[in-house]
Amino acid sequence: MPQNPHRNSFNAPRRRLLAGVGAVVAWPAAAQFRIEVAGVGARQIPITIAGFRDQDKAGVAVSDIVRADLERSGLFRASPAGTALDERSTVVLADWRARGADALLAGSVTRLSDGRFDVRYKLWDAVKNEEVLGQSKVVPAADLRLAAHRVADEVHQRLTGEPGVNATRIAYVLRTGRRFSLHITDADGEGGQVAVASPEPIISPAWSPDGRRLAYVSFETQKAVVWVQDLGTGERRMVANFRGSNSAPAWSPDGTQLAVALSRDGLTQLFTLPVAGGAPQRVTSSQSIDTEPVFSPDGRRLYFVSDRGGGPQVYRVPSSGGAVERVSFAGNYNISPALSPDGRLLAFITRQGNAFRLMTMDLDGGTATPLTETADDESPSFAPNGRLLVYATRTQGQDVLMTTTLDGRIKTRLLSSGADMREPAWGPYGR
Amino acid sequence: MSTRSWAMFATVVLAAGIAGCSSTKLTDPKAQAPVETRTPLATAPGGGAAGSTAPATTAPTRPQSQVATVDLARSSAGAATAGAAAPSQRVVLFDYDSFVIKDEYQALVDGHAKSLVGNRVRRMVIEGHTDERGGREYNLALGQRRAESVLKAMELLGVPTNQLEAVSFGEERAAAAGQDEAAWARNRRAELKDR
Repeated sequence: MPQNPHRNSFNAPRRRLLAGVGAVVAWPAAAQFRIEVAGVGARQIPITIAGFRDQDKAGVAVSDIVRADLERSGLFRASPAGTALDERSTVVLADWRARGADALLAGSVTRLSDGRFDVRYKLWDAVKNEEVLGQSKVVPAADLRLAAHRVADEVHQRLTGEPGVNATRIAYVLRTGRRFSLHITDADGEGGQVAVASPEPIISPAWSPDGRRLAYVSFETQKAVVWVQDLGTGERRMVANFRGSNSAPAWSPDGTQLAVALSRDGLTQLFTLPVAGGAPQRVTSSQSIDTEPVFSPDGRRLYFVSDRGGGPQVYRVPSSGGAVERVSFAGNYNISPALSPDGRLLAFITRQGNAFRLMTMDLDGGTATPLTETADDESPSFAPNGRLLVYATRTQGQDVLMTTTLDGRIKTRLLSSGADMREPAWGPYGR
Repeated sequence: MSTRSWAMFATVVLAAGIAGCSSTKLTDPKAQAPVETRTPLATAPGGGAAGSTAPATTAPTRPQSQVATVDLARSSAGAATAGAAAPSQRVVLFDYDSFVIKDEYQALVDGHAKSLVGNRVRRMVIEGHTDERGGREYNLALGQRRAESVLKAMELLGVPTNQLEAVSFGEERAAAAGQDEAAWARNRRAELKDR
């Protein structure tokens, strides 16, 4: 399979875009999440994927993106059709079934007179011997990768019953020497674009629930300040710039509030504040560090890290303030909580000896389960379907990003040469 | 690029609205030949890709995938101020997981406090730092606690609060590279800087 069939043709217009707005930014090294550990025993659906007719003219190998997306989920085994097919072809499903395919996908990419492209496809179920899906997506050229990811998600949903996350995006911070940049990539690690480039550190990106804005902490003013930026326009503003440090932003599920950690009164404590502007409201009042808040999916609670018991542990508190309950108990250092979209699973980082390791814990009283064998895990973030986590870790002296299934069986790694990748945040379904 | 030009660009893009990724079911018999109102792009040559180069005179349709880049190195503020290392008598080192000011630094803190009391227009920023082990946000809070502990010591020595600010860089701005105790010990610090 071509590793990156569309890279050259696709980056060209974006380079012109940057030049057009007068910003010259070091371009990110091409990267893609690649399967690192493939679990044994997972059932994989055999699917035959025909190259989409005329996709070479569009400059984006749509069917290759679909194939890579499906294979990365670990749930599919893809094979090429070996013959020309598109969504209008008459297919004899029994023949494809005899060749070992449970499903067949074919389609086309047609340039319309207005410059946009029509991506059409059909999916056949060779076991049930019927056509199960057919779609047309009309997109501008810059959204052809997005259209391919949406095809993959629809196929994934139809054949597994679970939503895919290929059309979502991941934000992360790239460090190259003394330069820091906040990147937005497709969930496959490709199509990278820079939201902010800075000579000072950037940490803790957090997606708004509608996927259009990011909150993050920037040190560009020589202290930690929380900013919110509109991704489409680049418009940005400070939302928390009080005396001391302002950090750890988390969006409320309705997108109107941010939970933040502020040290304006001395110790680092939790506050909520309206995204549109307004006075912060204090949530915790302790004689310790309270930080890293995340909202529960219903918005009623904040899970956070506090060292009120000695070492840092995960606690929870009503988001308007009130009684604090301890959540993590095993070990003496548990930080960076992330909640699954259904609110039932907690992912966090625990220290075991000198190692920092990604764990998950069932909030209904389960024990903690390690998901990795690495020693420098950081910053877990759930995919919006709750089936995958992205996190940062270190291999061979370099900071890399990895994804893992919740059973730890299938892992992918995002590679980038000569740069450190960190602080991943998986975006919501929308964009 | 100046803030104003950014605002202008933002206005252009905002005015363009959001491109649709319309989906039509092919299995729906009525939709076999999808009929759809297609809005022609304002910038026809080269297709949609060329439209995203955003010339200022036209209002292109913004692809949903587009992310606008803000390059802070190009704005005047904030760049390259961290260059010069602070003199050693402006650095307080801490033990692992501790924010207690050790006896050997009392004289240093004392000296700076006296000079601030003697010059009420002088202001100082105390920057807390940690070593690289552990989480970035928790380390930011630990660094803040180190900075606050120096600030508190100075307040006790009579320095008015409005002459001081405690901030933290957590593990983000190491003084020494390396992953051993020698480097870590130099990184667990508070730096006293004139503002």
